[in-house]
Amino acid sequence: MMALPRLFSGRSASAPVARERLQILLAHERGLRGQPDLLELLRSEILAVVSRHVALDPEKVIVKMDRGDHVSTLEVDIEVPNVTQRWSRPPHEAA
Amino acid sequence: MAKVLVVTSGKGGVGKTTSTAALGATLAQMGEKVVVVDFDVGLRNLDLILGAERRVVFDFINVVQGIANLSQALIRDKRVENLWLLPASQTRDKDALTEEGVAKVIGELRTKFDWILCDSPAGIERGAMLAMRYADEAVIVTNPEISSVRDSDRIIGMLDSKTVRAEQGERVEKHLLITRFDTARAARGEMLSIEDILDILATPLLGIIPESQDVLRASNVGSPVTLNDATSAPARAYIDAARRLTGETVAMMVPSARKGLMDRLLGRRAA
Repeated sequence: MMALPRLFSGRSASAPVARERLQILLAHERGLRGQPDLLELLRSEILAVVSRHVALDPEKVIVKMDRGDHVSTLEVDIEVPNVTQRWSRPPHEAA
Repeated sequence: MAKVLVVTSGKGGVGKTTSTAALGATLAQMGEKVVVVDFDVGLRNLDLILGAERRVVFDFINVVQGIANLSQALIRDKRVENLWLLPASQTRDKDALTEEGVAKVIGELRTKFDWILCDSPAGIERGAMLAMRYADEAVIVTNPEISSVRDSDRIIGMLDSKTVRAEQGERVEKHLLITRFDTARAARGEMLSIEDILDILATPLLGIIPESQDVLRASNVGSPVTLNDATSAPARAYIDAARRLTGETVAMMVPSARKGLMDRLLGRRAA
């Protein structure tokens, strides 16, 4: 009996698709809820660790997250000033 | 003891104001003393749905700012004796509503009414936060549609974390009200079913309001759908929902679908 209306309308039921999409999405969103911003946390901890050994401009520590279907990538971009030339020339002019 | 109930949804246009008016009017007809409060500053509409738009003199923000007192701003419904409205302001300054101001007004309303129904604006910004802030209970209005269900899930998370009750380690009692439900389409697999929505949101069901032309007909004339035609399908569903709010046990009716021609020919019973 369930297949009858589909036979007549010529379309397949879309509600199961909606249900599945929602379940996947909400499982993800509920996981994030209430947590501090993960990227900001990573950024500040990475900055703290690297700063112990190298003087850094906090603005030059960039952390990016790219979410994919199966894997996500974390990109950390830290600009380290050239120590030997730091006092003579601004970093952007260093060769 | 007075109960503060927020009617909320996250998503706009799902039926918060319609539901606030219908539930408020029904509770009042049951003998409860009810005030419906419009929190949608700048876009007030509850006055229009209740047919009181021409009677607004002072509003919520006037009371918060001390320009008027509460009894000057409250509008008594002309049809239902126990029903009152506190209209929102049409001012564009949304910051005029402060947490302290809302706390003071809600506190005063608690001494005068049995039920304080807060009609939340859409979204998750300040207005929506303030509408739920002091709630004891919440009605989450959801359409059987993915974006509405997603936003409801978000709002449920906020009710569990951002309300005064949540911060005190108590819980806001939550009720799910599914509106614009089309039984025939759900039976054909074209629309999320009641079971799907309950499964996903894991919140007790308060009622199922069928998709119906009666809702627009009632809003056209400025009457809660329950007053405009108490025998209509959405009105009966709202009346049952209001009775459940007062603790009555009322069997859940899934609105029956109108039979299409094909269903009649095949002799199928409506689900």
